[in-house]
Parts: sequence; structure tokens; C-alpha cells
Amino acid sequence: MLFSENLRIALRALRANKMRSILTMLGIVIGVATVVALVSIGNGATSSITSEIQSGSSMLTVQAGRSQRGFGGGSTSSYLYYADYELLQRILKTGVGKIMPTFRSSYELKYGSENFSSSVIGVTTGYEELNSLTVSQGRVISSGDEKSGALVAVLGSQTAKDLFSTLSPIDKIISIDGTKFKVVGVLESKGSGMGSADDAVLIPLETGYSKLFGSTAVQNNKRTVSSIIVPITDVEKIDTVSAQIEFLMRRSHKLSSTDESDFNIMNPTDMLNSLSSITQTLTIFLGAIAGISLLVGGIGIMNIMLVSVTERTKEIGLRKAVGATRNQILSQFLIETMTLSILGGVIGILLGVGIASVFTLSGLITAVITPGSILMAFSFSMAIGVFFGLYPAYRAANLHPMEALRYE
Amino acid sequence: MVLLEDKTMIQIENLTKVYQMGDSEVRALNGASFSIEKGEMVSIMGPSGSGKSTLMSIVGCLDAATSGTYTLDGESVEGMGESQLAEIRGRKIGFVFQQFNLLARTSALENVMLPLTYAGVTGKERKVAAARALERVGLKERMDHHPNELSGGQQQRVAIARALVNNPAIILADEPTGALDSKTGVEIMNLFQGLHNDGGQTVILVTHDSFVAHHTNRIIKLSDGHIVSDEINPKPLKAGALRPDEAA
Repeated sequence: MLFSENLRIALRALRANKMRSILTMLGIVIGVATVVALVSIGNGATSSITSEIQSGSSMLTVQAGRSQRGFGGGSTSSYLYYADYELLQRILKTGVGKIMPTFRSSYELKYGSENFSSSVIGVTTGYEELNSLTVSQGRVISSGDEKSGALVAVLGSQTAKDLFSTLSPIDKIISIDGTKFKVVGVLESKGSGMGSADDAVLIPLETGYSKLFGSTAVQNNKRTVSSIIVPITDVEKIDTVSAQIEFLMRRSHKLSSTDESDFNIMNPTDMLNSLSSITQTLTIFLGAIAGISLLVGGIGIMNIMLVSVTERTKEIGLRKAVGATRNQILSQFLIETMTLSILGGVIGILLGVGIASVFTLSGLITAVITPGSILMAFSFSMAIGVFFGLYPAYRAANLHPMEALRYE
Repeated sequence: MVLLEDKTMIQIENLTKVYQMGDSEVRALNGASFSIEKGEMVSIMGPSGSGKSTLMSIVGCLDAATSGTYTLDGESVEGMGESQLAEIRGRKIGFVFQQFNLLARTSALENVMLPLTYAGVTGKERKVAAARALERVGLKERMDHHPNELSGGQQQRVAIARALVNNPAIILADEPTGALDSKTGVEIMNLFQGLHNDGGQTVILVTHDSFVAHHTNRIIKLSDGHIVSDEINPKPLKAGALRPDEAA
């Protein structure tokens, strides 16, 4: 018998019990929709975290202190020197942007009656751009400020709010540890993400060394830095550059091969890898939960099909009496289940894509709908049709024609 | 030279059917033998529990006998597998049931098309054959009606059309008038007699009602799995005759 004939019989049977068919299908619809939506949202979260880390951070940051072993290892020589920066700048060339030293320390800020302690970062030009910081008012620190050692400051958004509340801070004179600085700009708030300077104050590094930091920035008669930022222009080279820095710094710090490094190099790709493995695990987890709901939907289909087989025992008996073979009955019921599950799957995919799109439109997260996840959901719903349809169909096919005809 | 045509339609020898009911065996048929010729109209009678239904399901190839031989229209049925039996049913047997057994929400025409569908007939040919069968039972005008739009008698006519559509070797009717009022029952009996007299159709009528049985030319009586009598009914009642109790 033709497939189209069986499909016609299936559609007729499903139409005959519209409400029941819809409710049964709903199980699969919800299951598939959750799979598609959750996997899309999970993928979206992964890629947004990935791109966030990638955007602000194709750079290596060298900091004093041992990595991973915690702070205060007792090492007296755990400093980064300005000379280290000069060394890196002199040697590192390929795949590397403008290397930037920073010095960070905490000082008392004062304006009018407001006064509190805040982090002050001495930076060189380009620091804001590298960290994707933009100004909401005024300007960033210029190379002119750097050369002239100007007493200018750029405030983080939170610092500006704390110090000036609603007043405009531009051109106001604030006091940092007693030294007067002119506010030339206010940074846009960046939240608590990477490289946020919301509650800090940026000043030109040179100005800091000559007018503010004084002896705190000097160890062993040498200027120290808090960190050295090495922007990477060629991401492929990040590991090579990292190894180069390690080698140069160890040599400059006169470490023997058995000594541990007294500095650490923060590599964003490491962080990226661990974060994306977390989000991937999350996506799989969400997918598994959705898969369970799909399974429940499948059991619902099987349940209804078993009821349907019982209800239609007489019909099955008649079909057998007029010449239907076992296989014809089997495929009739199997096609009926598969019609339910595939139809449910298609509606579920549309619904899932819809839910994912709503998430994208709402701006919460940019859901990433991959053909793979749609294909997976579709084939899964089809497999459920076969798996959960087989048993009821088998029961129908195995009915004894005479007993089926007599069934009341 | 003229070959002698084999006129035997059904040849049954020493048929038994044993059901296993828990620990005990039930012999529903216990060595039944008879033969029916082409074009005969026969009733099989017996009270409930006589093995009548079992015999009908074996004759209808719905079930296999435990032992004995059964030849239908020249084909030996015993030892056939399930799918072969299904194929034989589709090709050689037209069933008519007491409860009509039509598919609901399905037009008369499509109900009649069903056996053809399983026999692999498709398209226009299937429709034409089904329409012709409905015409034979006088329902040409009701082809597109669903069973719930038809009277009991009309539904049974659709069922008869369905039985006829494959040009079966035998029509096997199980209490075909049992669910009908006497007037409609007469119409249905009339239809069967017409098929038999005008079309030469072999008809086997299974019934417990001796009045119905007396409309046929031969009556086989069963009791306890045995054939207790097998008699020619030389003057079958014409459909429409009064029941003895009504006549009295």
C-alpha cells in the first residue's frame, strides 16, 4: 500500500480527535521548542561572553607577584620596574601594539566638602582606547598632557558622581593627596566588566611619577610600575609573545632556571577557554533538561497511541478482515505517530526560534540559532515518533483479526 | 474436448480447533467435514457455543484450524502464514457483519474502496469499481454520505458493496440481519438472494435464526463442534415471507 494512503488515513484519524491530537502534540511542541530556544540562548551566551573577552582584551598584562600561588610570597624583589617596561618595549616588535606601563595606588580625593579614598591610575595615551573606555564628557589624556607633565585627571563615572553628584566636573580642580589636578574628562560607565575604571581616576603616568607617587613608586632606587600592558595585534602570536615576555623578564630579574617567576602574565585566552567551557557545559545541561521534556512528550504520545489502538480495535479487525497485512497495520499506526511527532517538531522549532528571537529583540541576549540545533531537534522528534510509536503500532498489528472484530 | 470444471468452492475435511484456556483445552470444532459448491447459498446454524463462530472464522481465513484440511476455490489454506491469509481474505472473501463495521467519518465510497486499497488497486480504477459495487446494492445516490448519515439498512448495503467490490469467491455474512428491524432485514435478505440467483454468487450465511436460515438452499447445523445435520432446503423462503409466528 502506498505511503500517501497511510498518511491520508493518519491525518483523518488525527483530525477525528482534534483536541486530543493537539494536546498530544503539545508535549512534543514544548519539548522541541525548549531544546531549540535553550540551546540557541546558551550558544548566544557563549558567543557574547567570548566576544566580550576578545574585544577588550587582545592583550597580555604583566603584573608583579607569583601567579596562582597567592600574594605575599615573602619575595622582596616582587616588583615590576619601569626598566622592565623599557626592555619589553625595546625588544618586542612583531605582533605587538604600543606597550603601556601603569602605576596604580590609592589616594585621598577631595572636592569641596567631599573627600574619600580612590584608586588612582597613572596611564599613558591610548590606555582608554585599549580598554574600550570612552568619555561621556570632556576628553581623554593626550600626548600633550604626557609631555608637559600636566596636572590633569579623567574621572571614572562613579568617582565623578561621588565627588560632584549632579555638577559638571569638567575644569573643576580636585585635590589628590593634597596635589591639585584639573578634571578634563569623565568616563562612560562600563559596569563591572573587564578593564572597568568606574571608580578610579586616571592621570598621566609621567605627572604621577613627578608630582604624586613619590617614594611609593620607587624601590631599590628604581621606578616601579603596577602592570605592563602588552597589546597583541596578531592574536595568533599571543602564546609566542607571552613566552618571549617570560623569557625577557626572567633574564632581567636574574632568575635561575629553578626559581619561580616573580611576576605573572595574564593571558585572556586562558580565561576565555575556561569560561567558554563553562558556558558550553551550561548549554549541554540546558539541552539535557529540554531533552527530558521531549522524552516526557514522547511518553505522552505513546500513551495516547495505546489508547487509540484500544479504541480502534474493531477498525483494526475490519481492516485485517478486508485484507490488511500485519505490516500494513504496523505502518499505518507508525505513520500516525510520526505525523504527530514530526508536526509537533516543526511547530516546536518555529516556536523555539520565536522564543529565541524574542530574547534577541528584548536585548537580554543575542540568541544564536544554528542549523545544527534545529536539525538535532527535528531528528530527535522524528526518532521519538519511531521509538514511541513502534510499541503501540506493534500491538495493533498483532491483534487477532477475529478477536479484534468481536472486541466491545 | 470439454474439461470438467471443478465446481467445488469449499472443501473441508475433519476440521478441529482447540483453544487453550489456562490448563484446560476447549475443542470448539471437533472433526467437521463438508463441501460447498460454486454458486450455492448455504446457512450455517447453531446455538451460541456450538462452534459456529469458530467455523466462520476458519472459513473466513481469520483463523487457522488446529488440524484438518481446508481448500478454498482450489487453494489449500491450511499451513498458510498470517500475511498469506490476509491476502486470501482480501482476494477471495467478502465479509458482512452484524454491526456493519463501517469506518466512521468516511464516505460510503471510501468504505467500499478499502479492500481495493489493501489489494493494491489505486486511482480511478479503484473509484470506478467501488461506485459500481454501490450501484449494485442500490446506493448510487448515497456514495458521498458518511455512515452516520445512513440508515441501518443502508449501512448494511454499503457493507455488502464493500464485500462485493473485490469479486470475492464467497460472501461470508455473520448474522447480517441481526441488528436490523424485520422490514430492513427483508430488504437485505432480498439483496443476498438477488446476488445468489442473478449473479451466481456463493453466499454463506451464519445465523442462529432458523427463519433467516430457511431463506437459503441448504442448512448446515452445528452443535458442540460437530455437524449434526446438513440438509437441502428445496423450497427456500422468498424474502418478504412472513415469520411462522407472525403467520399464525
